[in-house]
Amino acid sequence: MGVSVRVGVVTFPGSLDDRDAVRAIRLAGAEPVPLWHGEKWLSDVAAVVLPGGFSYGDYLRCGAIARFSPAMESVIDGARNGLPVLGICNGFQVLCEAHLLPGALIRNAERRFVCRDQRIRIANAGTAWTADYADGQELVIPIKNIDGGYVAAERVLDELEGEGRVVARYLGANPNGSYRDIAGICNSAGNVVGLMPHPEHAIDPLTGPSADGLGFFSSVLTSLVSA
Amino acid sequence: MARVVVDVVMKPEILDPQGQAILGALTRLGIEGVNSVRQGKHFELDVDDDLDDATVTKLADTLLANPVIEDFTISR
Repeated sequence: MGVSVRVGVVTFPGSLDDRDAVRAIRLAGAEPVPLWHGEKWLSDVAAVVLPGGFSYGDYLRCGAIARFSPAMESVIDGARNGLPVLGICNGFQVLCEAHLLPGALIRNAERRFVCRDQRIRIANAGTAWTADYADGQELVIPIKNIDGGYVAAERVLDELEGEGRVVARYLGANPNGSYRDIAGICNSAGNVVGLMPHPEHAIDPLTGPSADGLGFFSSVLTSLVSA
Repeated sequence: MARVVVDVVMKPEILDPQGQAILGALTRLGIEGVNSVRQGKHFELDVDDDLDDATVTKLADTLLANPVIEDFTISR
């Protein structure tokens, strides 16, 4: 390997899964770079992960306040210029609030916090974060959320499906009432992906149900190296 | 100082699980005649007298409400 690929992880006040994201990036073979929400992202990173948690206490709406943080200004600029960005759980909510992805995430239909190992199916292996998977591949990855119901207008859902922008779908019982079983989506360029399940918690069999999640982090390396 | 009130509710086509839970509780209380509940947020802002309507609309549209899933009304 030549020069290592630097992948940033933004920590907001209330982020929970930033450390696991850092570990996943390291295990995938990249160099994790911790980024702080209060600073515009100035370091030289090739991709960014927005981790799970409860940024700013989820006050107002999940992700609503994080979306206006200085770090997000840089992430939004970067995303529009092709920077690969993966938002996991709360990070997905932040991406929707920032209008980098359409729709929104609302309270689970059953109104309960859901924490379990979830089967999902990759619906688009062409994004920056899913290139190491195959279309239709099934994964087992933890899910843990109370505001994980993906909603959008019918027109938007049709558009997402028509353009192949549904990245992953839930298999079996829908854990949170997400419309059309959507677990993850991407923007039209495929560099920005939002995902409700937590691949960073499934990177080795010792600490997770599988190592199925590692592919999201290795995919971005594949995408960046081949670009 | 003037008072501006912004009320935010989910759009009709978006599922409101919390409203449904409240409706279920009303039924268990034996209260009849309530057909639907939509839960929302109520914001009271003390603002300068000369704060213009466009600014109030902007702050409601960009921060207090998420127009993708919510509608808002402004009273002043």
